[in-house]
Amino acid sequence: MAKFEISRRKFLTAASLGASGIMLSGCDAFDSQLSIGSGLRSFLENANGLTHRAQRLLGGGNSLAPEFTEADIRQPQRPNGVTAPDDDTYKNLLANNFADWRLEVSGLVEKPLSLTREQLMNMPSRTQITRHDCVEGWSCIAKWTGTPLALVLDQAVVKPQARYVMFHCLDTIDRSLSGDIKYYGTIDLIDARHPQTILAYGVNGKPLPVENGAPLRVRVERQLGYKMPKYLSKIELVDGFANIGGGRGGYWEDNGYDWYGGI
Amino acid sequence: MTARDKPHAGRSDKMESVARAQPEIGPGVPASKEKTLIYRQSRWTRLTHWLWAISLFFMLLSGLQIFNARPQLYIGKQSGFGYNNTIFQIGAENTNAGPRGYTEILGHRFDTTGVLGWSGPAGNETARGFPSWATIPSYYDLGTARVIHFFFAWILTTTLLVWLVAGLINGHIRRDLAPRLDDLKRLPQDIANHARLRFHHTREYNTLQKMAYGGVLFVLLPLMIITGLAMSPSMDSVLPFLNDLLGGRQTARTIHFSVMVLLVAFFVIHILMILAAGPINELRSIITGWYRTDPPVHDDKTPERSA
Repeated sequence: MAKFEISRRKFLTAASLGASGIMLSGCDAFDSQLSIGSGLRSFLENANGLTHRAQRLLGGGNSLAPEFTEADIRQPQRPNGVTAPDDDTYKNLLANNFADWRLEVSGLVEKPLSLTREQLMNMPSRTQITRHDCVEGWSCIAKWTGTPLALVLDQAVVKPQARYVMFHCLDTIDRSLSGDIKYYGTIDLIDARHPQTILAYGVNGKPLPVENGAPLRVRVERQLGYKMPKYLSKIELVDGFANIGGGRGGYWEDNGYDWYGGI
Repeated sequence: MTARDKPHAGRSDKMESVARAQPEIGPGVPASKEKTLIYRQSRWTRLTHWLWAISLFFMLLSGLQIFNARPQLYIGKQSGFGYNNTIFQIGAENTNAGPRGYTEILGHRFDTTGVLGWSGPAGNETARGFPSWATIPSYYDLGTARVIHFFFAWILTTTLLVWLVAGLINGHIRRDLAPRLDDLKRLPQDIANHARLRFHHTREYNTLQKMAYGGVLFVLLPLMIITGLAMSPSMDSVLPFLNDLLGGRQTARTIHFSVMVLLVAFFVIHILMILAAGPINELRSIITGWYRTDPPVHDDKTPERSA
């Protein structure tokens, strides 16, 4: 027993030295191992896939996000990210009140589309009062009106090999050595066909203003705000996104955010 | 099932017999030799304890980083931008004396420059909620903090479920944590003992220990998990009543933060109590399971505290 105890004491000393070492060096001790692509980070990121599968298992394809009442609309929808695109293309479209704007639907579809705003607005619409949850932690309730994405997908007839819907946007969110980066993002076909997933052209009973993404933005009500691109110009059906941008499925994803934004 | 359980049951029998052997030593033997090592913490308790310790460490520091992205807490379904429902915030402001950090609780503002709101190396301070020594990563990185937070959320939750099942099967919860009438009677004396830092080293937890451990495991951690889930827009579609119950997503976030404060308070007291009660003995029991108990009390003159 005595011998055992000595080794235990040594163990305790070593353990406490190790622990205090970590504390003393501060929390930057972990910084270097957390960059995108590092082994440790990739391992930790598996939890996001687990969350995605677990929430799909629990919620299935069609569980509805809570909807609220008019009384819950207490303020304008808070804009975030890019609120006034500086791109010439966008400014020209805006100057003409988006008369020349088209929503392209392309990629893995049988019938590529090019829709005007009027064509979209003439399709059946859905209005929902939902809570927008930003990844930063804040929430804002607003009433959104738009065309269900499922109807647009049906019109374009999605090919069976398509797995994701990729949204291409008009706003430049970042500049890199290889050129301007326009906002983009992807969702799976389950969320794309979800009854509350709409291409919104109206908010709180008015046409969508520039700061909220005019002329068209996506609403994906079971995910966080960064999964709902604004200033939409093109919807592309793809079977993967490894070769686009940073290969992680979206602008924020390429900058370290999880692809699945349901939590 | 029985094949796996048997060695454990055997071990606990042995432990009981060691403990029972104690009184047979009897009076007349020097006190120091009467101290008995007993097997106090099962492998499940020890394993889950350290998994919680590691998960909570990373969840706290990544959680403070996540909080820094929006260092405000609100009451209700949403965050007030056109109206005010902020009850807590950390921020920075320019004053005549230069930039200062502040913390505002229910409208009362405190200068917290150097720690909360405005901190960093001298001359290189920045506006940030919690200082970089309290966050992972040390620099501002919400995406990475979320990766870490949710990874350990899975570990923490799985550990709690494993502990619950193991604790129900091996009797740990019923035997060691369930409060008894005796505990209530002992409470005043127990508070007095703790206040004087007089600790008994026995196999059983005292009343305040039961309340603290039970409170963390059956109230705080489940509340942490529930309020965490209530913040997930996807979980809100699965369990829409959750936010109604909690008073809205932003209230859930505020509760999540408040429970964090309580868990930190528990941690501080936990460490202080361990240091006061004998850190080597306490650490040994949570690493190896073996714990040195006090000698049996022979008469009134035996000192209460012997560690």
